[in-house]
Amino acid sequence: MFKNVLFLSAGLAAVLSAAPVAAQTEIAWWHAMDAELGKKLEEIANGFNASQTEFKVIPTYKGSYPETLTAAIAAFRANEQPAIVQVFEVGTGTMMAAKGAVYPVYQLMADNGEPWDPSGFLAPVTGYYSDTDGNILSMPFNSSTPIMYYNKDVFEKAGLDRETAPKTWAEVEEFSKKIVESGAAPCGFTTGWVSWIQLENLSAIHDQPYGTLENGFGGLGTEFTFNGEVQTKHWENLKKWADEGLFEYGGPVGGADAPPKFYSQECAIYMNSSASRAGVINNAKDFEVGFAPLPYYDDVTTDPKNSIIGGATLWALNGKDPEVYKGVAQFFTYLSSPEIQAGWHQFTGYLPVTNAAYELGKEQGYYDANPGSDVAINQITRGTPTANSKGVRFGNLTQIRTVVDEEFEALLAGSKSAKEALDAAVERGNQILRDFEAANS
Amino acid sequence: MQTKRTIFPNKLLPYLLLAPQLAVTLIFFIWPAVQAVKSSFEREDPFGFKTTFIWFDNYKRLFADPTYLNSVGKTAVFAVSVTLLAMSVSLLLAVSVNRVLRTNRVYTTLLVWPYAVAPVVVGILWWFMFNPSIGIAPYLLRGLGINWNHRIDGSHAMLLVIIAASWKQISYNFLFFVAGLQSVPQSLTEAAAIDGAGPFKRFWTIVFPLLSPTTFFLLIVNINYAMFDTFGIIDATTSGGPAQATNILVYKVYADGFLGLNIGSSAAQSVVLMLIVIALTAIQFRYIERRVQY
Repeated sequence: MFKNVLFLSAGLAAVLSAAPVAAQTEIAWWHAMDAELGKKLEEIANGFNASQTEFKVIPTYKGSYPETLTAAIAAFRANEQPAIVQVFEVGTGTMMAAKGAVYPVYQLMADNGEPWDPSGFLAPVTGYYSDTDGNILSMPFNSSTPIMYYNKDVFEKAGLDRETAPKTWAEVEEFSKKIVESGAAPCGFTTGWVSWIQLENLSAIHDQPYGTLENGFGGLGTEFTFNGEVQTKHWENLKKWADEGLFEYGGPVGGADAPPKFYSQECAIYMNSSASRAGVINNAKDFEVGFAPLPYYDDVTTDPKNSIIGGATLWALNGKDPEVYKGVAQFFTYLSSPEIQAGWHQFTGYLPVTNAAYELGKEQGYYDANPGSDVAINQITRGTPTANSKGVRFGNLTQIRTVVDEEFEALLAGSKSAKEALDAAVERGNQILRDFEAANS
Repeated sequence: MQTKRTIFPNKLLPYLLLAPQLAVTLIFFIWPAVQAVKSSFEREDPFGFKTTFIWFDNYKRLFADPTYLNSVGKTAVFAVSVTLLAMSVSLLLAVSVNRVLRTNRVYTTLLVWPYAVAPVVVGILWWFMFNPSIGIAPYLLRGLGINWNHRIDGSHAMLLVIIAASWKQISYNFLFFVAGLQSVPQSLTEAAAIDGAGPFKRFWTIVFPLLSPTTFFLLIVNINYAMFDTFGIIDATTSGGPAQATNILVYKVYADGFLGLNIGSSAAQSVVLMLIVIALTAIQFRYIERRVQY
């Protein structure tokens, strides 16, 4: 019996090694891109697989960003990790602290003799994903920043100019009132990602600190400071607008209810990631969409700062054969080529992460042909970034965002005032930061 | 009582026969439980590079944490409501079906269907019906002047998960109640009817006490179901929100451990859950069973 098995497996091995497929080194790539984005991502992997014969990248959809990160960590503990995992910007703090698990991308590229030029990436991208020594640890792939989408047809119905988007929050309120009162739409505006857009980006745009130690870039001892005056006033307003029916809440985390509210023309204005562009264009069949930067409070600043980064990067995980990493390095080079990057950026609405991709888009006349497609990149590169606007980096930020969502819900339900909700979020958030500090130092 | 016993001379054989089951229990139940107890005394980074033994810190922090105490309260409300609702509705349905003579097979079949639906699908189903933007229920409720929004209103959310979780469990309870009712001797109820007892009196004094073994069994099953088996429903309808209004203990273990990557605290919570199950079962068997007439 045992002999038979041995014989069979030997035969099988012979058959397998004779086939050309077996010569390919497989590279597992776990990602969190679904729907339109997922299809485009698979196209990129197929493109790479067709461009050479040595490696085969196998993309696998692992659910939402938090689910993908959790799956990768669990897999790492069981020694079953993929070579590449896509981790959202919120997980950056966690990944950077996990030194033994990560194969830093700058090192990976150098070890495998692939070209690597950090200055080729967009400045906000390099700034966010570099460690304290200025080395980029993960491969920039899909970076985004929140922008504002609006329904031009509803604007016109409400007696507003269809080409003029609200610039300030005062205008958002004014326009929303007109829209609701005229009956053009039952709701003025909605938003995805409350914690990211209505708190983290709000703080950056108005040059308000989100946390001490340069928003967490300076070390693990950081504490939150997002319960300042500007943030409190904004949350008070959101509550007021929700009560008046001008604003509708789209749910926690990414805000799953927000997109349908915009697509069904229930809400006229919609704030979400620039990467929602593909979905918006696909779903806004019956109306025309306008794109604009996020609004700001003109009584706080007349010079709104850059918005901050979102989206994800690709992390190479330790524990694979050198052969696999050679393929990963080649794949990363393929990914960051201007053609691939520009194609991905133009299809999805993610930022062009390399300057070359942006230049290529300009040359192709893409931005002239698609008005509004450069809103995100203009917004994230405007002005000089300050310590408050270069991003936020905290460990366990996934949990902290959940806390922010919960306190926002408590505010909307009327059980807490804006100040109480933000104070509670700061207090609970600091507790989580201390846990992270204790576990990682 | 027994007069004749079969005796196996081989001392090893019983152990061998038990071995497969013991192995399954050890690998899939005892081993993970031991791991959980071990992790609950440790603090560890998500990737497991650094582990510090911290005695009872995880437990101390847990019981000082208002969100955990909130979760205990929510679990109590949820488990009691689901158990009461699922059992009373299913008993009502079972009694009704028991009275229908000819078509009761059809009703039974129809009423059992929801049991075949996976918890997550149940969650999605109710999520869809009650979705504040696109659901049919909020639309109808608005007509009655109720502004349904379980995204913001915690009590709406709690109501929603209670209804969804009960709906799924009703079929199961129903089957047991129907079987229980059919084993109640017809002669007893007939005798009572001749003595002049009305349907209500007959039910409460004869049928219900005779059903008590079934009811007791279902009580245990339902409480355990509500506390531990409703994860999929919670995850798909509310994800524990809004503002932790439906964050029951078993969901919090998942949220803190898998989403929050706080393994130590999550392990401590699961150990507490384990103790709760042991305590509940012990109480139920020791005190409630005594009053049950078999």
